Amino acid sequence: MTSAIETVAVCGAGGTMGAGIAIVAARAGWRTICYDLSMESLENGARQTEAFFAKSVERGKMSAADKEALMARLSRTASLDDLVKADLVIEAVYEDLAVKRQLFGALNIICPAHTVFASNTSTLSITEIAGGSGRDDRVVGLHFCLPAQLMRLIEVSPGLNTSERTLSTAWAWCEKAGQLPVKTQDKPGFILNALLIPFLNDAIRAVEAGVASAADIDTAMKVGLGYKMGPLELIDLVGLDTMVRLCEAFYPVTLDPRAAAPPLLRRMVAAGRLGRKTGRGFFTYDGHAMFGA
Amino acid sequence: MRYAIQQEGESRSFPTGDAFIAGASDTAEVTIHLGTALVADDAKAAVLVELGTECLGVHTGEAGGEEGSNVLGFARYRNGADAPSQLIELVRQPNSKLEAIEAARAVFEAAGFTVVVCADQAGRIIDRLVRPKYNAALRFLDEGLATANDMDTTCRLGLGYPVGPIERVERGGLAYHYDVTKALFDAYGTPAYAPARRAAVAKKRH
Repeated sequence: MTSAIETVAVCGAGGTMGAGIAIVAARAGWRTICYDLSMESLENGARQTEAFFAKSVERGKMSAADKEALMARLSRTASLDDLVKADLVIEAVYEDLAVKRQLFGALNIICPAHTVFASNTSTLSITEIAGGSGRDDRVVGLHFCLPAQLMRLIEVSPGLNTSERTLSTAWAWCEKAGQLPVKTQDKPGFILNALLIPFLNDAIRAVEAGVASAADIDTAMKVGLGYKMGPLELIDLVGLDTMVRLCEAFYPVTLDPRAAAPPLLRRMVAAGRLGRKTGRGFFTYDGHAMFGA
Repeated sequence: MRYAIQQEGESRSFPTGDAFIAGASDTAEVTIHLGTALVADDAKAAVLVELGTECLGVHTGEAGGEEGSNVLGFARYRNGADAPSQLIELVRQPNSKLEAIEAARAVFEAAGFTVVVCADQAGRIIDRLVRPKYNAALRFLDEGLATANDMDTTCRLGLGYPVGPIERVERGGLAYHYDVTKALFDAYGTPAYAPARRAAVAKKRH
């Protein structure tokens, strides 16, 4: 048994992840409400969306008419009250338990009883987020991968009190959206980050321990294992400051020493070497070109 | 640059019939030991020792961080029973001769391999980094985090890996994973390298 979904709302739609999730929803045919704290950030998200679909039209993957119809399904608001008609709310707001609980608590008053709340958290507990919502049986984890509009995978995580109906509704929504859901328990980092964050930190520690250069470590993983991207190149893409924040969210809940931010990572952040966005991380960048460090 | 091979038993890097073996000369500037005891030869551009899970220092001896000569270690990365990859992990010591590293690199690259240089530390690059991840995936499987298929699918679709961690470690052999992680655990003593339960079970049944 699933609940019918006609309208999807995305909270944090001014950000890269939120804008991508909104694209996924609108592309699959749902009326999609994009919510964020300011209209300025929503305009930024809308520009990303417009550019994405313009590229789709340019590449012949979509007609101009389809693009217009799709854009018409997207609306923007900075007022939470406008989410009153949402059947599914997906939040992709700041990765902070108090912020997410406050958001769902407020939405619990605004939204109808049947509305399912989904969190895109990558490190926090769904059960803990749901605990502040007033409807913990209708809260579920839907963790998208960046960029959401291109990556099919969604980690679907029920909290301890999530109902079967909520899980079924979320699962069916993922499938109808053309995504590929995988079920995980509500444990720190689910599958992806539980495996990835310690691994990336190990790669940083290998550089710090003088095992090999960043370039050779990445080459080894690509040639030896067929990875598309080396771990240090990936950290540069994610952003070293973001990596520190991930570690700071992940380590306290796991107490896994491999999840703690390595000293080299913190030193590089202090030095302003944040990765691609500053032109220098483990590698240096000039536009789209990458040079070995 | 020519290379000569001294071999005893099967090589993990270059199994019987491997083209690299066929390309060897009787006399050469570089000597490669595949399973034979190291014989130092300063007249050679490089003397290369194929390594298993042991460090190069086991063959050369160490000297308070000052060790290094024209003797280098190497291993062609291979995940247990999988076919060898095209990657050569070339192992150097603090004072290894740069000319020896370049000679070794030239020999392997001429044969079509990609060479990375790493310090003489347990696990070199790949096993040092991926074995803890395989251990974690096997533990997650025991704990019911997700099915093996869902974990592998997540890594393929979410991270772009060609093969997920469970499939990879099982394909290479869980008993092999046990051997590698046991060696790493003995070297580093950190829990992340302790062989996973499923690997220990497989080892006992091996």
